[in-house]
Amino acid sequence: MEKALFIIFAVVSVAAALNILLQRNPLYSALSLVGTLIALSALYVMLRAQFIAAIQIVVYAGAIMVLFVFVIMLLNAPKEAPYIEKHKALRFLAIPFAGLLIAEAFYVIRLVKPIQMPASDDSAQAVGTTLSVGTKLFTDYLLPFEVTSVLILMAIVGAMVLARRGED
Amino acid sequence: MPEILALLIAPDWVRSLTGERPPNVFWAEYIVWPLIQIVIVLFVVLTVVAYLVYFERKISAFIQARLGPMRVGPWGILQPAADGLKLLLKEDIIPIKADKLVFSIAPIISVVSTLVVLAVIPWGAAWATIANVNIGLLFVLAVSSVSVLGLVLAGWSSNSKYSLLGALRSSAQMVSYEVGMGLSIIGALIFARTLSLSGIVEAQRADGLPYFLFQPLGFLIYLISALGETNRAPFDLPEAESELVAGYHTEYSGFRWALFFMAEYTAMLVTSAVAVTVFLGGWYFPGLDWIKSNWGPNIYVLLSVAAFAGKIAVLIYAYMWFRWTWPRYRYDQLMELGWKWLIPAGLANVVLTGVWYVLALPEAQGGVFGFVKQTAGRYVPTGYGKIYFILTGFIITIPLSWALLATINRRSRDFNLHDQRQLQIKLRSERIKRNEPVAE
Repeated sequence: MEKALFIIFAVVSVAAALNILLQRNPLYSALSLVGTLIALSALYVMLRAQFIAAIQIVVYAGAIMVLFVFVIMLLNAPKEAPYIEKHKALRFLAIPFAGLLIAEAFYVIRLVKPIQMPASDDSAQAVGTTLSVGTKLFTDYLLPFEVTSVLILMAIVGAMVLARRGED
Repeated sequence: MPEILALLIAPDWVRSLTGERPPNVFWAEYIVWPLIQIVIVLFVVLTVVAYLVYFERKISAFIQARLGPMRVGPWGILQPAADGLKLLLKEDIIPIKADKLVFSIAPIISVVSTLVVLAVIPWGAAWATIANVNIGLLFVLAVSSVSVLGLVLAGWSSNSKYSLLGALRSSAQMVSYEVGMGLSIIGALIFARTLSLSGIVEAQRADGLPYFLFQPLGFLIYLISALGETNRAPFDLPEAESELVAGYHTEYSGFRWALFFMAEYTAMLVTSAVAVTVFLGGWYFPGLDWIKSNWGPNIYVLLSVAAFAGKIAVLIYAYMWFRWTWPRYRYDQLMELGWKWLIPAGLANVVLTGVWYVLALPEAQGGVFGFVKQTAGRYVPTGYGKIYFILTGFIITIPLSWALLATINRRSRDFNLHDQRQLQIKLRSERIKRNEPVAE
């Protein structure tokens, strides 16, 4: 059963990811990206990482993709595909680079060792629940967590300063 | 915890239906029994949604001293059936210049993302809940954040200025009010210490009081944000009839339009259900345990479902009441309320609730007062603790946050539209005084 679900969601995520590249209309690409993200979050649930799965949907599919679609709508993307400059030399370079990437992917797949899945009802061993993520975040990783939040705060203040209109 | 896990177990008749031996109950527990529950919940909820439209029309009519629908059946109670039939038989119009694919999937995204949430809502005790998920509340927030996409795509694909403006407004509004909604719940989670929706109900049962008493500010913020999140009046700018015809669904007709309507009313039901679960004690009411031991488990479950439905009905009536008695907000007022009042108030509520909770812990846990005792693996407030949390919530948290926000919002007025306008008027009058040319 779990294998069947994995195959369904894996196929959906890969197909949607390919569709992002193949679509000419940016809005269709954005929608395919939403499909990929949702399929990936289903895969996270199957890895018993429920918290990451929910956050993936909240942050990416919910907030960031809405912003993407918002911007695409506001910019009113042209219907025709933009003219792409074609370099013959680049095309020949692309083949070895693609080969390199595929070789790298195979190397990584060979490197990964199968790990023991945590039992579903063992709450003490569960790593993906909100409890374990929150405990780790506020004890072992408190400093990185706080530093990240300060970084985000700086970004917000920076945006405010840049967006601020003059007094006259 | 085992009591909460027991919610998922299928009853014996389902197991006999699949013919499985006791240790192997996969089909009974994950396929057959959830399917039965889903069919029942969908049927009931969609009927209720159809009747919500009827009640909305009736309540608006009574508020405006009219009668409302009266012709179809006695007091018009068959009106939803007639409306549904009409919408099904209507011609399905797709504008020529519309993006056909996106135009047809937008209502589906909208409806599906609101209906999926129904799976995790604890409709009642024991077998009345479909799925008790460990990330319940996050799941609700996650899935409902996707429903914005449906509205945005509907507005964009219609290729109409009214639809596009409505969609822009609704997406900006929903993204802003989602933040306040998420923040308002955190205070109650400090007391519940779980994200599972059934777990939150059980926590309120163990603590003895519904959390709106401990979290008055959180409850208030949640109610206001929920109005904004579901695009209901007084925040119904995305479909302001006087400005945008009908907003994002202007170009929709027939059953596609009905799907948007269904999504809107289901979202109302879902936000009320979450409010009931987190703040009003869910399906529990005092005396339910006595009923369980004296009248048997089935009546107990049915009564718990009735209690949940009754609490939802009160909230939905309040929503309708707000809609027909309050004028619509202006757009900048809406954004100011969302970003400068609700979100900071939500943050203040989280911080203050955290402070009150830590102070109430026993001294061994780093607290001062010891108003919270550890019993049966949970921290439960004692009698004094309950009074302490209610008093701090009502008497300190609300006035303190209000005073703080009022001061800050008064001092930081350079982004304020009103202030900018006053400044322009002042500069203009100074130019007139100096006899300089003034742009008309």
